[in-house]
Amino acid sequence: MSDRIQDRGPLIPRNRAAHPPAYDIDYKTSVPRSPRWSLLSLESGPSEETGPTFGHEILGEWDNNLIMNWTRGKAPAVGERILVHGRVLDENARPVPHTLVEIWQANAGGRYRHKKDTYFAPLDPNFGGCGRTITDENGYYEFLTIRPGAYPWPNRGNDWRPMHIHFSIFGHAFGQRLISQMYFEGDPLIYRCPIAATIKDRGQLDTLVAPLDMAKARPMDFLAYKFDIVLRGRRQTMFENKLEGM
Amino acid sequence: MVQKLDTLIETPSQTAGPYVHIGCMPTYAGNAGAYDLEIGESPIADGAQGEVIEITGEVIDGTGWALRDAMMESWQPDAAGKFPGQAGADPKVSGYCRFAADSETGKFTLRTVKPGAVQARSGAMQAPHISVWVVARGINIGLQTRIYFEDEDNSTDPLLNRIEQQNRVQTLIAKKTAEGKYTFNIVLQGDNETVFLDI
Repeated sequence: MSDRIQDRGPLIPRNRAAHPPAYDIDYKTSVPRSPRWSLLSLESGPSEETGPTFGHEILGEWDNNLIMNWTRGKAPAVGERILVHGRVLDENARPVPHTLVEIWQANAGGRYRHKKDTYFAPLDPNFGGCGRTITDENGYYEFLTIRPGAYPWPNRGNDWRPMHIHFSIFGHAFGQRLISQMYFEGDPLIYRCPIAATIKDRGQLDTLVAPLDMAKARPMDFLAYKFDIVLRGRRQTMFENKLEGM
Repeated sequence: MVQKLDTLIETPSQTAGPYVHIGCMPTYAGNAGAYDLEIGESPIADGAQGEVIEITGEVIDGTGWALRDAMMESWQPDAAGKFPGQAGADPKVSGYCRFAADSETGKFTLRTVKPGAVQARSGAMQAPHISVWVVARGINIGLQTRIYFEDEDNSTDPLLNRIEQQNRVQTLIAKKTAEGKYTFNIVLQGDNETVFLDI
């Protein structure tokens, strides 16, 4: 690993216009939680270019199957059965292999299994709501799950979250760390949601909307949605200065 | 028209939301046993070399309120300044930890070893530090910062010296309260707002 660190350039500086700003008055909780001063921009170094790695030994048999993992294969969760699959790439369009992808979501009724969620939609005794997997050598991942329900949340007078799945992705460097959300093609709530609307570039928001993918759907079993993810890349030119002394 | 670039644009961030713990810290969410093995429970194993330290603090919003739902991740080298995976790195140091503000008090604790110094790309030596990433409901993109230590020589650290308003440097420096004990608050907004990084 140390050789690779020396052989690769710094992380490509983050294009902040591709991301939501910290402060958005329509997403009320961001108002007191958004820094007011500018970020300090610097070239990445070893602290950002290295990061934790996870191997298959952390994974359990059912970790990427949210329909069955809460009961360890004993009973399936309620809901519309779906396969969520895609690829993790970097900004250089190269696959990100062997990286941990974690997801969490509400159940089919829009209720989370969390000690702080008090929405009156019932818990599903057969659904936990978290899953994880590691991308293969070409950056591909797959989850089997149920389509989460939309749910109301306290913000403006009547705000609802569109159906969504939370994603957490590591990459190979701590500076690539990313959390985002996947939405579903055709959901009319996406463009009414103040959290989705924190992303000001409509083209960027649309990259979070997974299309229905009938080529991956299994007849008489599950539908499929495709969701590709792009992480920061690293600069690499023939003129890159080598890091010395490490 | 011009040629098309063959680069991609990074996927946009979205808030981790109030229930980030379901996916990242199931036991904290009340779902112990969701995974046989949760990641990031500690950055060190028994027998790690160096000084074991405990850093406690709060994540504070613009009104002065300590967040109860914040989740943090930390990344650091071992006591000799080697990151996991590098030749000679301490096998007892994973360097990575996930920790959360307590859901009742808002207090967090990070128990680790004090990191060693590491060179920057320029060759300049950086003062020992721990990288931290903060997510929560209302945080639209994870906030990056660093923990430095008041009992180390921070005077030539390249990052700290890039802060124009030197009165803000102290927001990145953990205060020593006892042997092996430090406090470090992360202030999202307002007086003494933490310096957050784009790095």
